[in-house]
Amino acid sequence: MRVGLVVNPVAGLGGPAGLKGSDGAEVQREARARGAGARAGERAAAALRALRAARPDAVVVTVPGPMGADSAGAECELVPFTPTEPSTADDTRAAVRALAPHVDVLLFAGGDGTARDVLDAAPGRPVLGIPAGVKVYSGCFAVSPAAAGLAAAEFAGETAEAEVVDLDEEAYRAGRVSPRLYGTLAVPAARVRLSGRKTGSSAAAPDSVAAIARDVVAGMRPGVRYVLGPGATTLAIGRELGLPTTLLGVDVVADGLLVGADVSERELLALVDGGEAEAVVSVIGGQGFVLGRGNQQISPHVLRRILTGRQPVEAAPAGAGPGGAPTRPSADGLPVRRPRGGRGGLTVLATRVKLAALGGRPLLADTGDPDVDDLVSGFTHIVTGYAERVPYRIVPASKEFYQ
Amino acid sequence: MSATAEPFAELPVAPKPALRRFHQARWDEPIIFELSSPGQRGIGVPAADVPAVELPDAVRRKTPPALPEMAQLHVLRHYVRLSQENLGVDVNIAVGQGTCTMKYSPKVNDTFVRDPRIAELHPAQPEDTVQGVLEVYWRLEQMLKEISGMARVSLQPNSGSAAIYANIAMIRAYHAHNGEAEQRDQVITTMFSHPSNAACAKTAGFEVITLMPDANGHPDIEALRAAVGPRTAALLITNPEDTGIYNPRIAEFVELVHEAGGLACYDQANANGILGITRAADAGFDLCHFNLHKTFSTPHMCGGPAGGASGVSERLAPFLPGPTVERDGDRYFLDADRPLSVGKIRPYLGVTPNVVRAYAWIMTLGAEGLRQVAETAVLNNNYLMHKVLQIPGASVQWDKRRLEQVRYSWRELSEETGVHSEEIGVRAADFGVHYWTSHHPYLVPEPFTLEPTESYSKADLDEYAAVLAHVADEARRDPQFVKNAPYNQTIHKIDPTPLDDPKQWAPTWRAYVRKHLS
Ligand SMILES: Cc1ncc(COP(=O)(O)O)c(C=O)c1O
Repeated sequence: MRVGLVVNPVAGLGGPAGLKGSDGAEVQREARARGAGARAGERAAAALRALRAARPDAVVVTVPGPMGADSAGAECELVPFTPTEPSTADDTRAAVRALAPHVDVLLFAGGDGTARDVLDAAPGRPVLGIPAGVKVYSGCFAVSPAAAGLAAAEFAGETAEAEVVDLDEEAYRAGRVSPRLYGTLAVPAARVRLSGRKTGSSAAAPDSVAAIARDVVAGMRPGVRYVLGPGATTLAIGRELGLPTTLLGVDVVADGLLVGADVSERELLALVDGGEAEAVVSVIGGQGFVLGRGNQQISPHVLRRILTGRQPVEAAPAGAGPGGAPTRPSADGLPVRRPRGGRGGLTVLATRVKLAALGGRPLLADTGDPDVDDLVSGFTHIVTGYAERVPYRIVPASKEFYQ
Repeated sequence: MSATAEPFAELPVAPKPALRRFHQARWDEPIIFELSSPGQRGIGVPAADVPAVELPDAVRRKTPPALPEMAQLHVLRHYVRLSQENLGVDVNIAVGQGTCTMKYSPKVNDTFVRDPRIAELHPAQPEDTVQGVLEVYWRLEQMLKEISGMARVSLQPNSGSAAIYANIAMIRAYHAHNGEAEQRDQVITTMFSHPSNAACAKTAGFEVITLMPDANGHPDIEALRAAVGPRTAALLITNPEDTGIYNPRIAEFVELVHEAGGLACYDQANANGILGITRAADAGFDLCHFNLHKTFSTPHMCGGPAGGASGVSERLAPFLPGPTVERDGDRYFLDADRPLSVGKIRPYLGVTPNVVRAYAWIMTLGAEGLRQVAETAVLNNNYLMHKVLQIPGASVQWDKRRLEQVRYSWRELSEETGVHSEEIGVRAADFGVHYWTSHHPYLVPEPFTLEPTESYSKADLDEYAAVLAHVADEARRDPQFVKNAPYNQTIHKIDPTPLDDPKQWAPTWRAYVRKHLS
């Protein structure tokens, strides 16, 4: 079998930099300036490892340089192609057109923007996305790089239609989320899990979201830096605190103050250094991702710093703050919530409706570093309301292959 | 007609169609307060021939109560009309209110309740004048002890939820007695347990941990393992759950909670699938509750006062609500001297009419009869499931045996036609039946929950399934027609949003006037 590979080498670049996407040379320059590195090549290589392990006879066909060969290793067939430097969306489209006639299935590494370019190129072949972008909300992506490789290995000719959606990055950076359906691509009809299309935002359930925010705020401890991921659920925490946190950025609050708004990975590393910190993230509806989609600023480095070398938070006796100091009752007379117990370091938020919509599938972590994914995996008490928890499993996306 | 023909040899009317040509009454009836007409009276009360009593000012009304003023006929007519605009157990095949166990309430039991010796009792009568009703309470407790295997049962709670609240109050008191009230601040329940379990725990100040189902539809035991610990106060669980699936590892669930020092509390509101077959105590539970208005046939009474019963093991008996009804030889008495008791869950004894009905119902059936109730209910349910699953587009989510009820799904039908489960239920009402979907959030997509109990005949179940099959077929042929239903009802569509909006909801006329008319 012949498997094509196209890599969008700048995909994912804007994520750690807090730029919410990587479209456009200006944004890419800015991302590099903020210390970000692209991760698409690495993720394409991971997909090919899984492909070759499952199907040693597969022939990988790609283009020279960072758009393919750099990730594919020595044993691949090259189709002549010269991209501009740095490569652009036009190059992605041209590479797809150049490769498609020579392959049974085409893997592309990128995000929703890359998927649109693939769609525009009209490949005329089944394709499958290796998730590597900042926004991966389209249904045409496998759940992880390894799942993409495995799906290609198992491809036996049957296809299904999967959606390509994208957000307008300008609007997204301005805080307006407006996903649009661009079309559908034929993908392998595999048993392997696709990423699933993102479903509605929690903004639709304002009461439960406010209750979640209230719980988190009531459990906040002095001196701890809370790293709030993007989304309507975490935004409600800012609202509860009366702080101008951002819808799509990563913000840091501590002791009732906003100490970092819309920060990059580099800024975040500095902010979580030294003291105790906690990452507070929400679940992407429909997909179940908690890390590695839209919140790449909370990178493996950042998570390691937050999670490791940290003792599990032991529940303090009720009515006593940290160090045994008595806590004040909250302003509205509700009892102060105890600090969250459990693993500590990572708090996951979701309405029960969102969890129910997963149909029993686990939550997913895809930080890009398998060790960190392992570190956060297992049962976590998801905050689903005020004094409400649902123990739910997080698994590394790389281990979640099948439907 | 010829002179020789037998006049009634042929049917005088056409045979009935397969589906009932039902039409609901529509009286356009106002609220009773709107019917009030100043000066009208139901009874002309004669002037009192005893001197008026001087009441202290503090207890005197400044204004007379705003009661409707009406003649007897108008009161009667009003309520008969409302009863006609209804779909209760006495008129429809009430298998659609799954989890509510809508069984027949034998009318003969109402005669005991109407008997002046019950009907005219005053709750504050001296003990020696109410020995009979105390004996009924005492005997019903003995029966429920036997049925549950528990050491004591309180009949004070007003409803299932009140019984769950009584149980959580006892759980809290038990841990407080052991000096662990502060430490044990979490209650574990499951997604398919009745939501009153979570609600009561929350009301009592606990953090609520809800277990999701695993791939088999059972509550995830791995999640339980992750959830139990020194903070665990109790597990509050229904079994079989809303899905009708019996949790085969229930004893293990109880054990895990016990190992962590927590208590296990069984919501047996609806014990219709296990009556006489298994008992809460046999699985190691410390507490349980029954709804008299489900398992034991009494009327639901519009959500209350219906009747709940809280059962406890020996170690929790001191915490029971009180006063308790005790026997000393031939004499029955109330014991209020119970220092560890959680106190009163409601004033006085309990919902006496339903206690009497439940007692009468159990007495007519006996132990074998109770077991037969469960066996018949389970058989009826599996027959109905067989019929429903033959309807194209209907399915169940987990391929597991069901006991007394099933949560079904119209997922396929809905994907094909765009018609939702709620809409199918509303259209079914045009044929004189209805159904309920599910608690929220919907884990089973496009859900509907059916529970046939032991009361319904095979012909009833066939008719019910035929209505669903017909509506599903209509949805395929003309989805919009189904979406526009109902056509034969008292009112057309209702907007449910006010039910979720505190600014709009109005449980009383006074609240309605305040929120909507002023
Ligand atoms: C299993 C279960 N538990 C508890 C309840 C609550 O009972 P009640 O409605 O009497 O408060 C119900 C009633 O719907 C139930 O089905």
